[in-house]
Amino acid sequence: MKLRALRYILLLASAAMIYAGITTGEAETVFRKAAYICLECIGIG
Amino acid sequence: MSSKIRPVFQAVWTALTNGYVRGFMEGKIYQGESKKLCVPGLNCYSCPGARFACPIGSLQAVLDSGQYRISLYVLGFMAAFGVLLGRFVCGWLCPFGFVQDLLYKIPIGYKKGAGQRKGPEAGGKSKDGCTSRVKRKNLPGHKYLIYLKYVILAFFVVILPMTVTNFMGMGDPWFCKYVCPSGTLLAGIPMLIMNEPLRGAIGALFSWKTFILVVVVLLSIWYYRPFCKYLCPLGAFYGFFNKAAFYRLNVNEDKCIKCGKCQSACGMDIKTWENPNSMECIRCGDCKTACPTGAITSSMEELIRELKSKGSKEVSS
Ligand code: SF4
Ligand code: SF4
Ligand code: SF4
Repeated sequence: MKLRALRYILLLASAAMIYAGITTGEAETVFRKAAYICLECIGIG
Repeated sequence: MSSKIRPVFQAVWTALTNGYVRGFMEGKIYQGESKKLCVPGLNCYSCPGARFACPIGSLQAVLDSGQYRISLYVLGFMAAFGVLLGRFVCGWLCPFGFVQDLLYKIPIGYKKGAGQRKGPEAGGKSKDGCTSRVKRKNLPGHKYLIYLKYVILAFFVVILPMTVTNFMGMGDPWFCKYVCPSGTLLAGIPMLIMNEPLRGAIGALFSWKTFILVVVVLLSIWYYRPFCKYLCPLGAFYGFFNKAAFYRLNVNEDKCIKCGKCQSACGMDIKTWENPNSMECIRCGDCKTACPTGAITSSMEELIRELKSKGSKEVSS
């Protein structure tokens, strides 16, 4: 029962974290990295 | 059953999440809004086909930007995938896990003997038709090497990107830059093949990353998923959720005869009957197929069975 509650709490907390990240501009930081070729990822950065 | 469905599912998932065909044709990457969202698996966002962001790359990008002490956004995605699925992500939703599964199917590197992978997944019968052809599962030192991925998660993904910074307070994505073979395979090689100006910039770093990729590829032919077992920080992270996730495995103790067939079938070499929610379990389902008594079930199957029996009770009343 405790574990079941923990699951839902964790899920809600994750949603809240994603929302908080959007409001602080993190989603934009991710976008700026993901939408342009990452030289480090491809091994020349 | 799942051993037949799983490769198809993995292929379809990989095609859906990396389906930007124009990227492959023109040597460019996708720049649509969906690039703000993380996929569950290790899927490089610089892959020409990628329509989404890699969680491990994104986590480093936020941490090394010098603007945030913690990434609520990316950790939120990772925790959500973790609590819903745990390492089911590894078994079913990760392109680099799929690549390693395919490499392990290459019919070389068989060895006769105990403690090694048996059965149809590893190739079935040998030429003489009587002994089962077997492949090794684990590298020597397996029980210590499995902890390496936690060190990589802590140092290469979190500590080094945050602490080794330049005069502007910005760091490097250490895991992407110095380790990740998924980035080299899915992004580096296709990008450099199609994009001539980038080819001019190849240097020592690319040689190092290609070396890591070649080692991982070769080991994956001989051993089952060495990168997932020993090196992947994302698998390490999801492993923490296996016991608490919505998707779990259960062993019915009344049915289990402790024959060990589940462990023989398991590429991750887990004693499923003892520890069905091990941090190493990638939820591939091979143990469920192998179990002669049907003792292993997943929480999803139990839920579906419950819903069905509720439905049929309602119909009959
Ligand atoms: S351990 Fe890493 S590379 Fe392996 S399947 Fe999981 S996320 Fe993918
Ligand atoms: S294969 Fe089934 S019966 Fe045999 S040990 Fe594993 S869980 Fe128990
Ligand atoms: S315990 Fe079962 S589901 Fe988990 S990795 Fe092994 S065979 Fe796959």
